[in-house]
Amino acid sequence: MPIIELNNVNKGFGPASNRSEVLADINLSIEENEFVAIVGFSGSGKSTLVNLLTGLEIPDTGTVTFEEKPVTGPHSDRGIVFQNYSLLPWLTVTGNVELAVKQVFPQMSKKERRDHVARYIEMVNLTPASWKRPKELSGGMRQRVSVARTLAMQPKLLLLDEPLGALDALTRAQLQDEILNIWDQEKKTVVLITNDVDEAVLMADRIIPLTPGPQATLGKEFRVDLQRPRDRTTLNFNPEFKKIRNTVTQYLMELNDEAKRLAPVKDLPLPDIHPIQFVA
Amino acid sequence: MKKFKHILLKTLDVAALSVFEPIVRLCYGEDPRAQLRKIGKFILIPIVAFILFLGVWHVTASGIETKFGKMPTPGVTWEQTKVMVGQVFENRRSEKAFYVEQKTKAQEHETKAAQYAAAAELPKNASQKEAFLAESNAQAELAVNARSATFAGTPTIIYRVVHSLKTVFLGFMLATLIALPIGILCGLNPVFMAAASPIIQIFKPVSPVAWVPIAMILVGALYSGSSMQPAMLSSAIVVAMCSLWPTLTNTALGVASIDKDHLNVAKVLRLGWWTRLFKIVIPSSLPLIFAGLRISLGVGWMVLIAAELLVQNPGLGQFVWDRFQDNSAAAFGQIFVAIFIIGIIGFFLDRTMIILQRSVSFDAPAGA
Repeated sequence: MPIIELNNVNKGFGPASNRSEVLADINLSIEENEFVAIVGFSGSGKSTLVNLLTGLEIPDTGTVTFEEKPVTGPHSDRGIVFQNYSLLPWLTVTGNVELAVKQVFPQMSKKERRDHVARYIEMVNLTPASWKRPKELSGGMRQRVSVARTLAMQPKLLLLDEPLGALDALTRAQLQDEILNIWDQEKKTVVLITNDVDEAVLMADRIIPLTPGPQATLGKEFRVDLQRPRDRTTLNFNPEFKKIRNTVTQYLMELNDEAKRLAPVKDLPLPDIHPIQFVA
Repeated sequence: MKKFKHILLKTLDVAALSVFEPIVRLCYGEDPRAQLRKIGKFILIPIVAFILFLGVWHVTASGIETKFGKMPTPGVTWEQTKVMVGQVFENRRSEKAFYVEQKTKAQEHETKAAQYAAAAELPKNASQKEAFLAESNAQAELAVNARSATFAGTPTIIYRVVHSLKTVFLGFMLATLIALPIGILCGLNPVFMAAASPIIQIFKPVSPVAWVPIAMILVGALYSGSSMQPAMLSSAIVVAMCSLWPTLTNTALGVASIDKDHLNVAKVLRLGWWTRLFKIVIPSSLPLIFAGLRISLGVGWMVLIAAELLVQNPGLGQFVWDRFQDNSAAAFGQIFVAIFIIGIIGFFLDRTMIILQRSVSFDAPAGA
């Protein structure tokens, strides 16, 4: 039984006269405990897709169903980690996580809540900085807070919207490993939105490309059957890893070329006019 | 030691007094030449500028002859400052003397009352006894009156400053209580904003002086309490009417321009309306709200002096008017002293608000 399903989903923005159809005919089905990566170019509608999964947006046509019930709005069962962290700058690390915990588990006693918050902060290795405010943290640390906040809500489905996009390569690698560890421990369903094929191959069970917009749709999917845990140091020499990476990259490049070819030609014919010669 | 220096520098920064930072650094021997240069530029030069200002004032004032005599020079103003300080002490002395006197009076009456009461106990005829008792009661009452009498000297400058501060805070509180909720509603709801906008636009530019008669008439008609002088209430209302606008508009702006990411957090967490308001909306607009409050208090303090002058609320404004009525060179000098007092208090009020504003600004580094 799939945990979340999208059926013939279309989504566009703007008034009828100037409408841009962002997503068209999206069909997606994700099984429990799966790690799915959705890869796409920037501007292809990845964020719209993740908003649909979260419930922040409702499809124009088609259905989004979570555990066989239609999605009508956000729910704590579907936790999202935003690309830009979205932390509340006036709260400390603990405060940010606590706000979410208070909301999702209102019945918790004060002590239970404190322990719960502390556990998730520990999980992302931020205990020493738990009293700091987001402004005092590096990008990687901020994203960790965001991950802790979302995990603390104990969602069944974890949506990661380009969570590592703004980080430097080293921090990125470190956080990828941490996310994989957590996924391994907590056994959650994860949807990772990314524009990095390497990241997708390293982390996911299944890679689904999103074709370039407008009217983006999901392309041919690729299974990644690499042994877990995947070790990034040896992975570069793994022929299977290389093969998948190349196929996916190749596929994306072809999609891009095709999109460019199919894009309407916007050459405006120039009128045949000449400037008048003024003679002083 | 190093930690103490850090705390000191931080305090200066928070209090917006970072001009004095080089002095602290110099005391700790940190790059003395650079610090001295900074002290010269940003402390010595302002001092020189102020001395120059005093010079210009002196020269200009000496050449102006008014019906109150010469226009007060810095020297005369300083003399009058000393006179006013002297009056404060003088007043305190006479106040003390007054209470001592009242106390002895009361004691005299009490002994007399006791004597009459004792006399009434002696066997006499009934009418005499009654007369003694009545006299005893009258004396006892005089004693009570003497004890409860309050000193009614002319209000000193200290009394006036305190009274003005009380009035301005009353007005400022009123303004805040009105402006915050309306500002938040305006920021949350564009329709409410559109509805409130014409009203705000019309009343915002009204001069404080125009509100004075309205406030006086309304207080006269509606206020019958005795806990506060009507003049104080009228002045506070005028202050409120003029100082609520900056808070209102800033609050509306702060609430309306809340970061979309923060609203997304609220949506994803499915916060209720009140939780969203108190956990997301208000905290995120606090820096702007406090910027508004700071401007409001500044406006309020300015308006207060004019209001007091017209309403005759016994604060600094009335002091200025009293001195003007006094028609003497000394009184003219005291008006100048009042100007400096008003300015310096205004400065400290502003500083206090800056510190508050910084303490709620989440952009500032920790500890600020």
